Amino acid sequence: MDVWNYLEYAAWVLSALVAAIMLIDLIKVDTTYDNELLTSSREGELELTQERHEL
Amino acid sequence: MSNATVTEAPQRLGLLRVLGPGHVWALGVGIVLVGEYMGWNFSVGKGGMIAGLVACWVAGLLYTCVAMIDSEVTSTVAAAGGQYAQAKHIVGPLMAFNVGLFLVMAYTMLEAANAITIGFLLDTVAGMLGHTGLNQKPFIILTILALAWLNYRGVLASLSFNLVITAFAFVAIIILFVSVKFGVSAVPLDFSAVTNEPLPYGWLGVVAALHFGLWYYLGIEGTCQAAEEVRSPARSLPFGTMAGIMTLLIAATLTWYVCSGLIPWEYLGNAGTPLFDAARVTGNTSLMVLLFIGTAFATTASANGCINDASRAWFSMGRDRYLPSWFGAVHPRYRTPYRSIVFLVPIALIFALGAPLDQVITFSILSGLLGYTFMTFNMFMFRRKWPLGSIKRGYVHPWHPLPALVLLLICGATYFAVFLGYGTQLIAMLCFYIIASLWFHFWRYRFVKRGDQFTMPWPRPQGY
Repeated sequence: MDVWNYLEYAAWVLSALVAAIMLIDLIKVDTTYDNELLTSSREGELELTQERHEL
Repeated sequence: MSNATVTEAPQRLGLLRVLGPGHVWALGVGIVLVGEYMGWNFSVGKGGMIAGLVACWVAGLLYTCVAMIDSEVTSTVAAAGGQYAQAKHIVGPLMAFNVGLFLVMAYTMLEAANAITIGFLLDTVAGMLGHTGLNQKPFIILTILALAWLNYRGVLASLSFNLVITAFAFVAIIILFVSVKFGVSAVPLDFSAVTNEPLPYGWLGVVAALHFGLWYYLGIEGTCQAAEEVRSPARSLPFGTMAGIMTLLIAATLTWYVCSGLIPWEYLGNAGTPLFDAARVTGNTSLMVLLFIGTAFATTASANGCINDASRAWFSMGRDRYLPSWFGAVHPRYRTPYRSIVFLVPIALIFALGAPLDQVITFSILSGLLGYTFMTFNMFMFRRKWPLGSIKRGYVHPWHPLPALVLLLICGATYFAVFLGYGTQLIAMLCFYIIASLWFHFWRYRFVKRGDQFTMPWPRPQGY
């Protein structure tokens, strides 16, 4: 066992940790907020409010 | 469900507008600069030193056309999804669906290729330090997951990170060039092969080299994906994109010059990490360390930018119901397309862990090439339907239709070059997109809210 073996184990552990953090947050958000709100984004809102595309 | 939390949240969630021109530059150049650190040199292997330079500049011309065309259209269609949103408004739904897929496939596969490269780099370092048989898998997985998490947490942090590491990788190339010119290298620059063996495989070698010439610039069009997150799209997007292509033209020419001068073309044509190898040839330890870090940073920046772009394209398609609307969600706190980011992680991992590097990159290049071909038709239709003076444009590219025609011509030549080396993959890729188009046309399009997808408050197109 040398430092590279330890780094391999550390990479596995960190990968599992990051994946768990992301998945837990995703589940938490999905169960806390209404899906209508989460998917309420609309394309082109800036154009409607600020840019009129007029010369 | 926590009612208290829901009532405190805004009524409508959107992506956060926090980016400036520097972030746009970092996104575009960040995705691409890895091509200077590896990959471009196979063009030298295909046709010799001159062919490598011709490929560098012809591909540079192609991408200058891409950057000019993209800057004009995207400064007008400022929406996440970039070319997908452009196709939706200008050409039609089936084209938009295909362009969305081109984008997701090109960026996800490039992300996978970058993760594979980081594993390879670490294996190389471990080998140099006396450790053999490094298991690359945990490092590949960690790269993809850590960068996905960074993107999940917010676009400002992820693209500020890209700005720093991309700038470092670019400056490393400049330092290598200046050091070599001022005699730091133990080996002098040698361009004798230019006269001794100008075209070892003839003009066909020059055409074949075009395929790998794309590596110098592949992905600069990714700047468009930030359209919905920049503070001033009409100004920042053209500025960031044009500054990006200028940076890459400089970096590409310097890279060819230093590597071709220091490394014999027969070796350069097969090198895994040409800039790092050039630094090793100089015999200067500081340059070696600098270019190794540059290689690692360029690769990381590319993977990071690819996650950003692929997730925005996937998110936009979900928001328009071209894909299940579940993907069109925005994180209430971080304001990122979090479901799309998480969904694309296993897909990137499948390619990174289960497919060979050259195949992954070839599929990425082919998807990109199909996207560039779309841009030519898109530009003609855009100028015909909404001529100059009919809508506000943040940037107007000069000499239309010349850039679009040049782009179409070079795309045709590059298809031929790809067919010479990867004909089976080209046909397989086209079959995949045809099957996906049939699925969209006969099944998926019934779920699309047809009136809602056209969001730009433009006048009626000319002729309609």
